[in-house]
Amino acid sequence: MKITINGQEKELTDQVSLQEIIRQFYQNPKHAIAEVNGSIVKSINWQETDIQEGDIVELVSFVGGG
Amino acid sequence: MNINKQDTPLKIGDRVLTSRFFLGTGKFKNKEELRETIQASGTEIVTVALRRIDLERHEENILEYIPEDIILLTNTSGARNAQEAIRIARLAREAGHGNWVKIEVINDSKYLLPDNTETIKATEILSKEGFIVMPYMHPDLYAARALVDAGASCVMPLGSLIGSNQGLKAKEFIKILIKEIDLPVVVDAGIGAPSQAAEAMEMGADAVLVNTAIATADQPALVAHAFSLAVKAGRLAYLSNLPTEKESAEASSPLTGFLYK
Repeated sequence: MKITINGQEKELTDQVSLQEIIRQFYQNPKHAIAEVNGSIVKSINWQETDIQEGDIVELVSFVGGG
Repeated sequence: MNINKQDTPLKIGDRVLTSRFFLGTGKFKNKEELRETIQASGTEIVTVALRRIDLERHEENILEYIPEDIILLTNTSGARNAQEAIRIARLAREAGHGNWVKIEVINDSKYLLPDNTETIKATEILSKEGFIVMPYMHPDLYAARALVDAGASCVMPLGSLIGSNQGLKAKEFIKILIKEIDLPVVVDAGIGAPSQAAEAMEMGADAVLVNTAIATADQPALVAHAFSLAVKAGRLAYLSNLPTEKESAEASSPLTGFLYK
């Protein structure tokens, strides 16, 4: 199954939840904010959000800025 | 004399602030230096930005270095129009660190000047959604009035170009905003030295925001402390109602009773 995370195509073997995706790609999940196909997904809903073929996932976090 | 009693604290949104010095967190050489600088600055508000997580390498999160009692003001840097700024603000709020947003809409990569029209549009929508909106703007009176009507919690006119250290190039126009706009006026961008921060405060700005001049100094914590003193000095001078400049001399010593006639 192909999905896009932060603009990069990724091949996944199994059906996974958003929670697992975030754990896999980011060591600091408590500071991550997630969007799937342009809609924000609240962290309390990550576990129950299944990622589907073709989904576009954006994971963002805070950085230094003026 | 208790000099603190001379001043009324700054209020933005529903928060009463004792420090009138806001700090940007970009460009620091390392996060430990940022932590020391926040402490030395005495600031109560720091700006942060939102970016895509780098999937290839692990980076420590900046939030680990910012004390929890400091207000996080997320900027919408990277936004080229109102819609993009709104998206960034909504994402930031989802992180659960409050609803303070600095609207920053920039379409020009050379001068990084803010787009006032798009900023007004974003301010209107986000303030209705309950955000504390602090718009970064070009100091134009009509735009500032529109931002007031749009529900902004303050206005943040640029002193000069972002990161330029040119100081208060827009001084005369900021003065007009200070005089005419009832919201707090926070001078943002271009302040390159404590003397320039003091000057902004002396002319009646309510606060200043500094990033580049501090983060790129050899000793950021030291200069942050210098800035915090300058901001306080400028504020006290403003409250003291400084006398105006004169064309000719006026003796400081009495002009009678000289020893030599």
